[in-house]
Formats: sequence, structure tokens, C-alpha cells
Amino acid sequence: MADNSSVNRQICERFGNDKTRLLDILLNVQKETGCVAPGALDDIAQALALNRVEVESTATFYAFFSRAKQGRFVIRVCNDIIDQMHGMDRVAAALRTELGIEFGQTTADGRFTLVYTPCIGMSDQAPALLINDKVVAQVSTDRVEEILDILRATGDLEQITPTLGDGNNSHPLVRSMVVNNLRERGPVIFAPPNPTVALRRAVSEQPPEIIKTIKASRLRGRGGAGFPTGMKWEFTRAAPGNRKFVVCNADEGEPGTFKDRVILTEAAGLMFEGMTIAGYAIGASEGIVYLRGEYAYLLAFLRDILVQRRRAGLLGINIFNKQGFDFDIRIQLGAGAYVCGEETSLLSSCEGKAGEPKTRPPFPAQKGYLGMPTVINNVETYCAAARIIENGPAWFTSMGTPGSAGTKVFSVSGDCSRPGIYELPFGISVADLLARVGATDSIAVQVGGAAGRMIGPREFKRRFCYDDLATGGSVMVFGPQRDVLRIAHTLMDFFVDETCGYCTPCRVGTRLLRERLGRFLSGRADAADIDYLEQTSKTVKTASRCGLGQTAANPVLSTLQSFRNEYQRRVHGNGVFLSSFNPGKAVAVAEGIAGRPSVHFGSETGNKPGTKQGEVES
Amino acid sequence: MSTKVGFTIDGHAVQGEPGQSILDAATMANIYIPHLCAMRGLSPWGSCRVCTVLVNGRPQAACTMPIADAMVVENDTLELQDLRRSLVEMLFVEGNHYCMFCEKSGNCELQAVAYLLGILSPRHPYLFPKRTLDASHPDVMLDGDRCILCARCIRASEERDGKHVFHFIGRGAHKHIGVNAPDGLAGTNLHVTDQATGSCPVGCLAKKRVGFAVPIGLRLYDKQPIGTAVETGQGSTTTR
Repeated sequence: MADNSSVNRQICERFGNDKTRLLDILLNVQKETGCVAPGALDDIAQALALNRVEVESTATFYAFFSRAKQGRFVIRVCNDIIDQMHGMDRVAAALRTELGIEFGQTTADGRFTLVYTPCIGMSDQAPALLINDKVVAQVSTDRVEEILDILRATGDLEQITPTLGDGNNSHPLVRSMVVNNLRERGPVIFAPPNPTVALRRAVSEQPPEIIKTIKASRLRGRGGAGFPTGMKWEFTRAAPGNRKFVVCNADEGEPGTFKDRVILTEAAGLMFEGMTIAGYAIGASEGIVYLRGEYAYLLAFLRDILVQRRRAGLLGINIFNKQGFDFDIRIQLGAGAYVCGEETSLLSSCEGKAGEPKTRPPFPAQKGYLGMPTVINNVETYCAAARIIENGPAWFTSMGTPGSAGTKVFSVSGDCSRPGIYELPFGISVADLLARVGATDSIAVQVGGAAGRMIGPREFKRRFCYDDLATGGSVMVFGPQRDVLRIAHTLMDFFVDETCGYCTPCRVGTRLLRERLGRFLSGRADAADIDYLEQTSKTVKTASRCGLGQTAANPVLSTLQSFRNEYQRRVHGNGVFLSSFNPGKAVAVAEGIAGRPSVHFGSETGNKPGTKQGEVES
Repeated sequence: MSTKVGFTIDGHAVQGEPGQSILDAATMANIYIPHLCAMRGLSPWGSCRVCTVLVNGRPQAACTMPIADAMVVENDTLELQDLRRSLVEMLFVEGNHYCMFCEKSGNCELQAVAYLLGILSPRHPYLFPKRTLDASHPDVMLDGDRCILCARCIRASEERDGKHVFHFIGRGAHKHIGVNAPDGLAGTNLHVTDQATGSCPVGCLAKKRVGFAVPIGLRLYDKQPIGTAVETGQGSTTTR
């Protein structure tokens, strides 16, 4: 304990004992000591002049921090719906057998810890897992054995990567087996880069002109919500405050989304350029990229790009000799919390707190990071902004639809032959996209991740755009062998795990919805359960405090809308008796005590597996 | 002086101060909006969502939403009352609330709001969580079973007592009230007279040895439903 204390204090010092860097401090404590032990909470609280319980609040919020000491290698198996479809269970079973531990446990020799994790942004190469920061994609049961043998023999994580991926995945600072699967390059994000052209053009103009250009381009946020970017920049520029911030949301955690992964790998310079332009436009000198913890393998690479940009005078003091135009960027690593993709949660997290949403109003444009006016946009949005400055708004609006200008980067996964990244003009129909990705007999498509909606074949003529099917980019395709209610149930699992728990409807309602949905899957549903799902979904949608909660009922709501027959055909009972009540089960305990079967219900005992009376979590 | 802000609640004209929340302005106008996490003298929090109203047709928490000129607020509608019922029922099933022998019964705001909304039994199944009881402090106990995660104690300790005894620990279903010491309430600087101690709307944070000083039947909400004080212009102990 004593030696950890000095390690903990050194880590705090490395971050200037700055309490807003608590997330970084905890990440380093976890990395260097294998846990955030109760003693570490005291050490950190003392060094940062925080209350112990405040440190504990942050430390217990994020999935990547552990109170108990974890193994040298933490294996996180991605259990999202796509990975489940691609043999995750077999991989998980192989790991359990090989390691001789259950999920949540650490081997006796202290070498391996096994846990599940939600979508890690590798749905195009599922099943995938993380070992510490390293991604192992398309993992098979044979590979599991091989990897564990290598790690046991060498203790060197670098040895487990058989071949490096394409593009910058093989860059010396990345060295990852991840592949880009960049199937269609569009003219905006994945066109050949023209470094510095946009930034040079931006500083030759006055900041209000930049905002005018972005407004004229009709660029809207690419994260899914679609707020007009130029307007956001204008509000932030106009907001009073001598310190302003440009924040980039690189926390894509929506199941099935991986477009930012590829943009960060192949077009990070464009993103940094867009952020710098935003800084110039709103009068900010500080930028933060919030990078999801699952993408830590890109951290050194991204930092190196920042170093090069500083050397080239694209970041720092008086950029392009423009007197007074100072701007720099730091990268804030996340620690495993989907809710931090919600912009105000992301800001809380950047401040070193639990990733809970902030009360709105005020909006980030007025009071954001540290209470200062803040522009926060998605990775793809900053890239698009830079291109708009480079090529002009007319070029941008010539693509897409009137309400949705430009292109969109889609991440497609699931039952299709060409999963991957597609940059296509807005307005493309679902059917068109399905044809491109090699999905022939799809029964359902989940658009926009868990928070999005599930559509059936009758809706495949609908179009991807803000006025019809809005999406942050996730498109998950399901073939005839899949059960849409089981998919919805898995998506509800995700929300149950990822709700921050701040407000009642999201914290409790997600669990209630999952439980009721489970009744349909286990044959215990009554007709009234459809009404219950409808009502309770509405409560969650209407009363929740942030965007996560307001969309957390969507797996249920959208399947009720598009696949109602799937619910109806599973309704049992005659409407008089509750099929959720199993008298045989109800008297089972009494039968045990009496030592004989019930005279009336004995024959029914145990007739329905998994219907334990009083069981709520399914 | 500042100019007043004029808006309507269920068609009634209401005047409020600029920057005031809908809940505060309504209270001043003797209009009761059911709420649990909001408390007079504490900064607004917006977690229970019981005070959800429609503002120009859009749902908003009345405790955190500032008033604006010509705003149209809907409060007492059948739909909103059912929404509130569902939320309060969620709070009941999420914890372990044993009203029939809880010492807070009759003074409990959760119970009182439930009665006001006409809740007889929850539509949701009970979740029966395992929660902890901290009785380490000589004068105050913290019973997780009855916590509704309203954060009143967190805010009262910080804002009124100048301490920092409480904070949330964990995420989602695991979220609970933590205390600023490794070994429970006894290790904190909480004093029984702190405003935090009296801020709890339910029986979670409670003074020891005084639970039944006032007999059941003679307690605050035994005499009149919650909200009566607001509606009769006698102010409120619970709103700003």
C-alpha cells in the first residue's frame, strides 16, 4: 500500500494536481497499480484537494476502473448484438475454459482478468475483444488459445498481432490488426487531403465570415441530433466569456458505429483542422478531443499528429502569423461510459467528474466546459467544416438533399457480405445501401444504433437524411435467421448497463422495459403487456432528462411500431388469467417444505424454465 | 426593479421574476406542481422528473426550466398526472419502501405524493434491490432501502452546511448515496443538526431515537395532502 501511495501522488503531480484532470489521473492509477483501491481515493483526494467521496464518485462511474486489483492483461469481450451474432459466445466459452475463471474474475496468478464490454467499435470485424488497449478482431476459438499461449510465454502484448491492418493501422504508433474496411470513399471526408488549405483560407477571412460560410453550407451535426453547425458556432461566438472551448466528440459508443474509428485513423488531420477553424471562428484558444477509452490504441498516433501540427505552426501561438490567433488541442481519454457521448455528459467527464448530463438550459454554447462557452461537435462534423471552408458552401450543398446537405459516413455491420465504411450523399435509400453492402434478404435494419430505430422491409424505401431516417452512422443489418425481439432485448441490455442513473425514468424504466420484453421471449406475455410496454416507453421518452434517456425506449417503441406482429404472435393466455403467473412455480417452495407435490398444482411444477416467481431481471 | 415575466399555467396568468424556475413561480402563485427532488433553498437538480410539465407542448422539468414571457405551461392534465404516477411508482418499486412500519410514514413526501396522485399499488413489478444500512453514526442513520436518489442531502450538505458529506457512487442501477469516509457516516463530519439531516424527503437519512416522537395519525400529511400549503398560500417547506 505504501509504495502505491507514492505512485498515486506522483501521478497526481504529473497532472499538476489539477482536479479537472481526475479522469486521466484515475486512468493512470488503474494502469500502473491495476486498480483504483480505496487507499488511492484518499491519496488522490488529498493531492487534488477534493473530498474523498467526489473522487469515489468519478472512480465508480466508469467501467474501466476497478476497485479490486485486475490482472496484468484485462480481456474485454465485446458483447454487442453484432458480436453475439458472429460467435461471441464460443469465444467467451473458450476464454472461460482456457483461463479457468468466470467473467468478472481474475486468474489466481494475477495475469488475466475477464470482463464483458459493450460495443468497442469493431462491428465490421466481429467478434472482437480488447486486451488492455490492444484490439483483437475477428477472433476465433483457436485464436483464443494461441493468444493466451503467447501471453503466458512472453508476457508481451505486441507478440499477439499476427498481421497489421491496412492504412495507418500499420503505422508504427498504432501497430494494430484492425482493418479499415473503407468500402466507398466520398468527396467530403475520405477524399484525398489538401492539408492546410482550409485553415489558410480561414485565417485570411474574418471569423464572422467563416460562420457565414458554414451556415450557408447548411452543415448539420453528424452525431445524429443534426443541430445546424453554423448556428452553434454563432451562438458560442456571441456568448460572453473570455475563455472559450472547442470540443470534439470522439466518443462514438452507439452499438454498430465505427465510422469515427476510421476517420481518426485516416483523416485525423482534417478533423484537427476543422477544430482549429472552429477555434478561429468562435474566438477560442483551447480544444479538447474526447476520445473513447476503447480507442486508446490510437492515442499515441493522434498525439503525434498534434506534435507535427505544432511544429508546422498549425497549432500554437499566432497560427499562420495571424496575430492573436492562438489555438492548441489536447486529447482527453474516456474510461468506458456510453453516456459520455451525450454532449453535456462528455463535458462533465472532461472536468474530471462522473459522466452525468448537465441541466439544460444553459446550453454548452452559453455555459459548457468549466462553465465557459463551448462548441461541441462530432468528429465527422469538424472534418466536413474544414472541407466546406476549402471548397465553398455551394460545392457542399450540391450534394445530398435540401434539408441534409453533403455526405454521410455510414458504418454498416451485421448480415451482409461487405460490412464497413461507406461515405455516401445524404438521401440514399435503405434499399440502395443494402444492395451496396451485399445484404440480400434482410428482415430488419437498425438505423442509428441502440438509440435509433429498427425498420422492416416495407420501410426500406425510406431515405437516410435528417427529415426521414436520421443516423449518426450506425446501420446494423439483420437476416431472416434473426429474431427482432431478441435484438431489441439485447439493445435494452445495453441501456440498462449504460444509463447514468441520474433521472428516474431512464434509470428504472430501462430495467422495467427489458423485463417486460423478456416475458415475450419466454412465453409469459399477456395482451396487456403490449399496452404496458407502450405506456412505459412513453414515460421514459417523455420524462427523461437527456438525449440518452429520451431515446432509451426506442428499441421497444420502434419494434412495436414496425414489428407489432412479432409481439402479438407471442401473446399467450385467454385474457382472463395472467400467463406471467405460474401457480406451479408459486407453490414450489411450499412443496419443498411439505415434502410432497401440491394436490392441485403438482403436475405443473417447473413446467416453464426461467419463470422463477418474483424474478424481475431477465 | 426588474420587469416581471408573464406566462400561463393551465390557462391561469402567472407573473414571475426573470430567471425563476417554473416551479418557483408556480409556488409563488399558489399553484402546486408535484415534485420530490426539488427543495426550498437548494439549487435545482431535476432528477426525479415528477414535476414534468409541458412547456409550449414540450416536456420539461418545472424545477430546472426557467420561465419566459408568454410561455404556455400545462400542469394539471390527465396525461401528466399519469406520467407522474408512473414515475412515482418507479421510485417505489426501485427501492424497498415499507410504509406500514416506516418511521417517516405521514411525514414522507414520496408517500404523500403517491396518495395525492391516487396510487394504490404500482403497475410495475418490484425490483427488490439489495441495499445497505449505515447505522454507524451515533445520531443519524442512512438506510439505502428507502433512498430515491434525489440528491437533497448531497446539495444540502454542500450548499447549506458548507460540508461535503454525501455524493453519488456508482452508475445506473448501482447508483447510491456514498459518504465522505471509508468507514461509513460515523467517519464523516455530519452533525445531527446539519440541514442535510433534515433534507431527506423519505426515511433514508433519519435522526435516531425521534422517529415516533409524533404519533402516526398526527403527522404533517395525515392532516392535509401535500401541496395544500402551496395552494392555500401558506408557502411550502419543500419548494424554493
